[in-house]
Amino acid sequence: MLIRTIFSGFGGQGVLSMGYTLATTAMLEGKHVTYFPSYGVEVRGGTANCTVAVSDEEIASPVASEPEFVVAMNQPSFARFQSLLQSGGLIFVNSSIVDVSSTRGDIEVVAVPTSELAEKLGTIKVANMVMLGAFIRLSNIISFDFMTTNLSQILGEGKSKLIKMNKDALELGFNYIKE
Amino acid sequence: MKRLMSGNAAAGEAAVLAGCTCYFGYPITPQNELTEYMAKRIPEIGGVFIQSESEIAAINMVLGASVAGARAMTSSSGPGISLKQEGISYLAADELPAVILNMVRGGPGMGNISPAQSDYLQATRGGGHGDYRTIVLAPSSVQEIADLMPLAFDLAEKYRNPVVVLGDGMLGQMMEPVSFDHITRGETYPKDYILTGAKGRASRMVRSLLFDVKEEEEHNWKLSRKYQRIEQNEVRYETYLIEDAKMVVVAYGTSARIAKGAIARLRQENLKVGMIRPVTLWPFPAKIIQEAAKQIPDFFVFEMSAGQLIEDVRLALEGKGHVHFYGRPGGIIPTPVELYRIISRHYYQAERSRKS
Repeated sequence: MLIRTIFSGFGGQGVLSMGYTLATTAMLEGKHVTYFPSYGVEVRGGTANCTVAVSDEEIASPVASEPEFVVAMNQPSFARFQSLLQSGGLIFVNSSIVDVSSTRGDIEVVAVPTSELAEKLGTIKVANMVMLGAFIRLSNIISFDFMTTNLSQILGEGKSKLIKMNKDALELGFNYIKE
Repeated sequence: MKRLMSGNAAAGEAAVLAGCTCYFGYPITPQNELTEYMAKRIPEIGGVFIQSESEIAAINMVLGASVAGARAMTSSSGPGISLKQEGISYLAADELPAVILNMVRGGPGMGNISPAQSDYLQATRGGGHGDYRTIVLAPSSVQEIADLMPLAFDLAEKYRNPVVVLGDGMLGQMMEPVSFDHITRGETYPKDYILTGAKGRASRMVRSLLFDVKEEEEHNWKLSRKYQRIEQNEVRYETYLIEDAKMVVVAYGTSARIAKGAIARLRQENLKVGMIRPVTLWPFPAKIIQEAAKQIPDFFVFEMSAGQLIEDVRLALEGKGHVHFYGRPGGIIPTPVELYRIISRHYYQAERSRKS
């Protein structure tokens, strides 16, 4: 099993941290994992993306030419990365700011209004974690319970004050899909 | 315990654990995370971190630290490594240990910031002026970067010679789980050449200016004998599924892991393809390739350049075997599927030509 996901959006939307959080959780679960960020000419407000590959075996390449999943947090990323997705793949879209009408017929769109959901928690800053919760629910790459139980280890010491907020956001996204 | 880290950061942590106390560098993508990591980490151990005014300054700071006895390193990418070549030549001539890490990017010239393997010849042929060699280590994962850093420092001191760690933008930027539990400072080597002030002993001189041609020739032969010892003792490589192989891929670093992915697919279709992965690019594992050529008729060189490693494979084969080639220069990262298709075509063609 090799599952590759591209996380994409504006710089500042927490796109890289979504990928990093997934990759760290997969590592702690004992899986093989690679995380490959776009790098170099990225600027705040520009587009950013990263690719996370999770597997039971050694991973040959951290690059995904045909990923199983795409997470698109803004319109340019939605346009760019839906074309890479495997036939039958899932694209998670931040429907708060993305018009999802121009989609390929052979892929499935999961619309998550991340801004509106995050605002229920009082801050739009955790919109990425809302999306990640929804993503984990449908992608099944890692165990959601494992992630929420070990969240302080996953996010690291610097984020210790924000554990509850992030956990609430993850659960909000996860349960949004459940309903 | 495993940590999720970029190759750049892992190189820094492993270097510190291997006893590196001095880092000098000038920023360039795609290796900046190493400089960033060292800016934080080196002061923690009471070492010296300097972001220098140029690459040339950085390599000469390495020379200064090395001649004073410290474990010192610098890092850069393509264009910056070219600037360092003068200093590397001096380090080799002065017989001073140093570790130089190159996270290769697309070139020539300014090129771009994407991963490439186009600095192979520069790294393995010395790179600067004069008759010298650098030991070249080529990791293919973040863990292997960490594993090879202590070896790089040990070999540099054992042979008193600069060692190049040759990665690429992908290995530098990519994060993978990495463990440092087993990484420690390696051997201690006698330092009877370093400059510490001549109080109570005869003065020493470290120089590469040898006007007397006889003296210079003798120095060159001395270096040459050292390089022969390195070639005898320090060859490292990995073989993968070569026992029953009809075709062997020769690839290093990033392209070797892409090749492994391709070989997994080829094996599923019962195409008998294996791989020889040089871990030391110099000294080059010529012997194992010669040995393999006794049984295996076809060699497939795969690299992210227009064809550099292929020269060493041809030299190793001495006219035996057929050499196939696939290269992607300029910063492209080929996919395992793409390589699988190309190797598969070459495999069937080679099979047909053997039968006819």
